[in-house]
Amino acid sequence: MRFREVFRFAFAGLKANKLRSALTTLGILIGVGAVILLVAVGKGSGAQVQANIDKLGTNLLEVSRQAGGFGARASRNTGTQSTVSALTLADAQALVDPVNAPDVLDEAPVVTASPTATYQGATHPIAQLVGTYPAYLTATNWQIAEGSSITDDDVSQARKVIVIGQTVATDLFGTADPVGQQVMINSVPYSVEGVLQAKGSSGLQDADDFAIAPLTTVQDSLSGFGSLNQIVVQAKSADATTAAQDEITSILTARHHLAATASPDFRVLNQQSLLATSSSTTHTFTVLLGAVAAISLLVGGIGITNIMLVTVTERTREIGIRKALGAPRAAILGQFLIEAVMLSLIGGALGVAAGLIGTRFTVAGVKPVIVPASIALAFAVSALIGLFFGSFPANRAAKLHPIQALRHE
Amino acid sequence: MSGSNGPKPVIELADIHKTYGMDGTAVHALRGVSLTVPAGDYVAIMGASGSGKSTMMNIVGCLDVPTSGRYLLDGIEVEHLSDRQLALVRNRKIGFVFQSFNLLPRTTALDNVELPLIYAGVGTTERRRRARAALELVGLGERLNHKPQELSGGQQQRVAVARALVTAPSLILADEPTGNLDSTSSADVMALFDRLHQAGRTIVLITHEHDIAEHAERAIRLMDGQIVSDERNGERGWISEQHRVQHGSV
Repeated sequence: MRFREVFRFAFAGLKANKLRSALTTLGILIGVGAVILLVAVGKGSGAQVQANIDKLGTNLLEVSRQAGGFGARASRNTGTQSTVSALTLADAQALVDPVNAPDVLDEAPVVTASPTATYQGATHPIAQLVGTYPAYLTATNWQIAEGSSITDDDVSQARKVIVIGQTVATDLFGTADPVGQQVMINSVPYSVEGVLQAKGSSGLQDADDFAIAPLTTVQDSLSGFGSLNQIVVQAKSADATTAAQDEITSILTARHHLAATASPDFRVLNQQSLLATSSSTTHTFTVLLGAVAAISLLVGGIGITNIMLVTVTERTREIGIRKALGAPRAAILGQFLIEAVMLSLIGGALGVAAGLIGTRFTVAGVKPVIVPASIALAFAVSALIGLFFGSFPANRAAKLHPIQALRHE
Repeated sequence: MSGSNGPKPVIELADIHKTYGMDGTAVHALRGVSLTVPAGDYVAIMGASGSGKSTMMNIVGCLDVPTSGRYLLDGIEVEHLSDRQLALVRNRKIGFVFQSFNLLPRTTALDNVELPLIYAGVGTTERRRRARAALELVGLGERLNHKPQELSGGQQQRVAVARALVTAPSLILADEPTGNLDSTSSADVMALFDRLHQAGRTIVLITHEHDIAEHAERAIRLMDGQIVSDERNGERGWISEQHRVQHGSV
């Protein structure tokens, strides 16, 4: 007796009950399809969060003043030197230090203001105007869409130049080209050097309602020469951010003459740690989705057991005939086991196809990302499910006594 | 059986007992049956229902094992064989013909006849050839690809006979082969058995019909699990097997 023949018997058995076979297959199809699709959705939402954080810059560290009792906000526009915890330009320059801070690539001191911009009667309050160095753009992942960036010369000579975000550009200039035009920022004329590429809104904030000007210019005309609002630091690589964070902390602790035990008067925000938190959240999310899908696969497997038990009962007489004609136990076992495995494999293959088709659509605002391992796993599990859930009914068939089986009506 | 003068026995039953159930509720289906069937014999086993003939058929057919006693089938001791070995013996040594035909539904005559050859591990081409020959022998050469539901009862039983023949077994075991057939089909099927007997096959028929038993050379009657008579159909009618053997050997 050959495997091929047993396989043929199993196939004939499935064909004899097409509708039933199709419905049983559907259970596995849904299970496998769900595993692939839901894991892809989980992965997709993870990728989306990752992309959002990438937009901010992965190597980015932000040093800001610890918002203590007072001073922090008040000094923002007035530039009044606060008695506590000022971040100075010297602090910023001290961070680029190949000896004490080998993981820091560059820094950009930041002062911010929220001035009003006017152009030919059109007025737009800029949510955030940043006065900084050109390095700021690289660290925070801003790209120039048109025109050019601010330069080191602009900073050293305090030129009245500005690079504006998409929202500002649209509000002031409409469809016209803003590059080379003069805008009034709080009544001071600035020349528009470039337009930033859109980043889109993240949550409630419009990231493109934004403008960048040289640090010196903003200090000159808007914020005054006081404390910095922020120092943006670019680490050498995404992996170096934690080391860079430690280096920044120790340099600033020393410069601010703080005791090791005292709570620091500054705060270092690490984008990388934000990323780690969010990716662990999406990982949990993916695992949960996968678990739900796995349960549906399990239910599909139980469907196979159920239908195979019915089949064995229905075909008891056939089993008796085969046994009387000399079919050994193994042949009967094999025949029904192969039927079960074929049901689950066909379901698995169709499920993979359904899952792959499903991932081509956007699900709940998330573009699913296919995880190849989930396809292999779901398919392998479906084969195992056939073996596992088919073995009980097949074993029952193989154990039937030929005399009783032949008498069965 | 003293052995040297007659053909080699196909069936040798010695003091076969079969008991179903336990102690108090035990049913003694067979109580010490001894029987020898030489090769080429044509035997009818007769008896009323409950006489033990079905149990006898199951044991002779290796579908069941006796509680005690010795059974040699074609020289093989079968009473202690495992499940797997019994399946092998059934496949190689016995061809079954059942009252209710027991063909696989939705399966062509040819495929039905091939079935025992598949379990015997015969290759596709050889299997086809032998199944075709067996069907031609029973006069169904034109109906190879008909399914059971497309055949008459008589034709179905002839397919079953072809299936029993195809492995060239030592013994053809027929359990009430005409029980579900009309008289014409019965005559056809019995004519087939007669021809097989003439060709030298060993046939055991289990029946309760006298006119069917008439076809056989030898009739064994069972009652309450014991053989009550064993007669051979000679030129002068039925004579006791015991008598014949004794006279023959004198």
